[in-house]
Amino acid sequence: MADTSTTRRSLASLISAQRGRGKLHWTDVFTYAYLLFGVLLMFGPVIWLVMSSFKTPSGLLEFPPTFLPLGQIEVQVDGHDKPLPLYEVTSQDGTTRQLAQVRRIGIVSQMVDPQNPDTTVKVPIDQRTKVREFRMAWENYTDPLERFNFVSFLNNSIIVTVVATLVTLLINSMAAYGLSIYEFRGRNAIMLFIIGTLMIPITVILVPVYLVVTKMGMINSLWAVILPGAATPTGVFLLRQYMLTIPKDLIEAARMDNASEWAIYSKVVLPLAMPAIAVLAIFSIMWRWNEFLWPLIVLNRSEVYTLQVGLNAFQGELDVQWHYILAMTVVTLIPVVVVFTFLQKFITTGIASSGMK
Amino acid sequence: MAGGKGGSSGVSDRVAAVAAWPVQRIFGLLEYPLAAIQRSVGISRMPWIFLLPNLAFFGIFVVVPLFINFAFSFTGGTELFLGNRVYTGTEQYEFLLDCETFGDPTTCREDRFWKGLYNTAIFIFFQVTFLVLFSLITALILNREIRGRGFFRAVFFFPVLLSPVVVALIWKWVLLRDGILNAFLVSIGLDKILFFVSPEWSMFWAVFVSIWAHMGFYTLILLAGLQAIQPDLYEAAEMDGASKERVFWRITLPLLWPNMLVVIVLALIKGVQIFDEVFVLTGGGPGTATQFIVQYIYNTGFTEQVQNFGLASAASVVLGIILFVLTMTQLAATRARDNG
Repeated sequence: MADTSTTRRSLASLISAQRGRGKLHWTDVFTYAYLLFGVLLMFGPVIWLVMSSFKTPSGLLEFPPTFLPLGQIEVQVDGHDKPLPLYEVTSQDGTTRQLAQVRRIGIVSQMVDPQNPDTTVKVPIDQRTKVREFRMAWENYTDPLERFNFVSFLNNSIIVTVVATLVTLLINSMAAYGLSIYEFRGRNAIMLFIIGTLMIPITVILVPVYLVVTKMGMINSLWAVILPGAATPTGVFLLRQYMLTIPKDLIEAARMDNASEWAIYSKVVLPLAMPAIAVLAIFSIMWRWNEFLWPLIVLNRSEVYTLQVGLNAFQGELDVQWHYILAMTVVTLIPVVVVFTFLQKFITTGIASSGMK
Repeated sequence: MAGGKGGSSGVSDRVAAVAAWPVQRIFGLLEYPLAAIQRSVGISRMPWIFLLPNLAFFGIFVVVPLFINFAFSFTGGTELFLGNRVYTGTEQYEFLLDCETFGDPTTCREDRFWKGLYNTAIFIFFQVTFLVLFSLITALILNREIRGRGFFRAVFFFPVLLSPVVVALIWKWVLLRDGILNAFLVSIGLDKILFFVSPEWSMFWAVFVSIWAHMGFYTLILLAGLQAIQPDLYEAAEMDGASKERVFWRITLPLLWPNMLVVIVLALIKGVQIFDEVFVLTGGGPGTATQFIVQYIYNTGFTEQVQNFGLASAASVVLGIILFVLTMTQLAATRARDNG
């Protein structure tokens, strides 16, 4: 509410600039130009991707490209098994009529009138244009389901994301509980150690972690992707800071009632720490769904590929099938868009308050 | 929680309740063994029990590997298991760091490593400069009283959540020979540009795309910093009749500077580790024009015919040292911000 009234004021000052009061500063013009350009630059490529993902392979080859996915109309003509592509032909006298192409020989195409299929006419190819209609090529989305390992990529990504997030939440919340509820010797040292591991990203220890994972017999299994990143300093830190705010009296009261430490953790502290756990869950889902370099190293068989690795493998092929890649990219993008639309506030405040992503 | 009737909150509460049920069951089952542990070790040692899984993970997947990494970098051969590897002393480092002149990668024995270093240096110089510049401009604009601020903030932020592979594919599709950008160039009377054949254009788009993808994150941090500036400072400046430019240089920028510092160092740390989106976008090409340190490590250790783990580890140690220095700078910057 308050937002609209302030914006109305700024809009009014924008319009009434010539009348003296609230002079139009160059920064006002710049602001709206920048925002307009920003929307175009940020959304444009994504919208273009989505539109393109509904085009047929021949539609994708077209240059200059059309914005909407258009498909050439094909008609069934007596005497021909396959449907024939429809063209609009301009004859010498300037009249136009719609003909179907039987075959093309060099620069001349043999065409028939769908209404009168017995006589064929020869037309130079520069005198015809495709007759097209708006058509979404849903087969770009449905074909990969049957023809490639796409479903298994999707499954693997979902398994990795869900299992890794559950493991991450469990072990990090346990550690955060240990570091926030108790006071014991070595607590600060442990905290320092955990924060210290922030300095060692996976990019620095690729080879030895690969060795460890190989020794554990996890190469080409999803566990190799799930386990190495499960303990995150970010997660422990985030949860601990939150748990420190839980009143100690609550825990003392539970102990008086003879609750075990595990019961206090799972029944008292965890429910109270839900907001922080939700933030970590969202982060973890994002990290895992998007992870690329590490799965690329430990997953070498296409059955165990995650979506990201699978997509990369497809785009690296010699004969790139863009119509499938674009559709699969859109599918990969959807969960993120859904999460973002519903949880935008959570994510942005989570990042702004923790300074991490 | 249970009170949410109707609307989306009611639905999400119910979903949460259904999802929580198995979790509660599992936690319930764990209660007996853990109560038994508590009886045997005593309550004072319980924090260690809670810390154990997490520390075990850090130990196995971070600390132990860190030491193995050092060990690897002093060995040669193609065996993966440490026991089978040949001790070679500092040979890997000597090989890696052997250059006639350090200014020219082609005079180095391992020119790919140096090319990777130089490319990374060029990349982070441009990427961090423009990333911080555009994040600052965007944060300043989003901090103004504009209509639909939430919407515009979301517009700039959403690419942060996209996976690097998706980001790269989105832009690859735009930049292809018959892509929409070339269609635009042709329509205004220019020639098509084969972006991924030219080393300069490839580097440009590597920088551009990574800024596009990450700008929202840094904008958000700067925006939080801007919103923490006391409004009465601006009011006082307005009363004094200070111009907008003057307010920016004298109030906004100095007060935002600690946040800027954090953003710069964070961007440097991320920039040094650049791999994913550029690898998918350009594959490091043309030639080695956009090959960075991490890709050098990845190629040396994992994609070459002869997997040279020792050399990859030695390069990792060099990367680790660079990151260590940067992280120390970041800690100092963060401390300065939080104290200042």
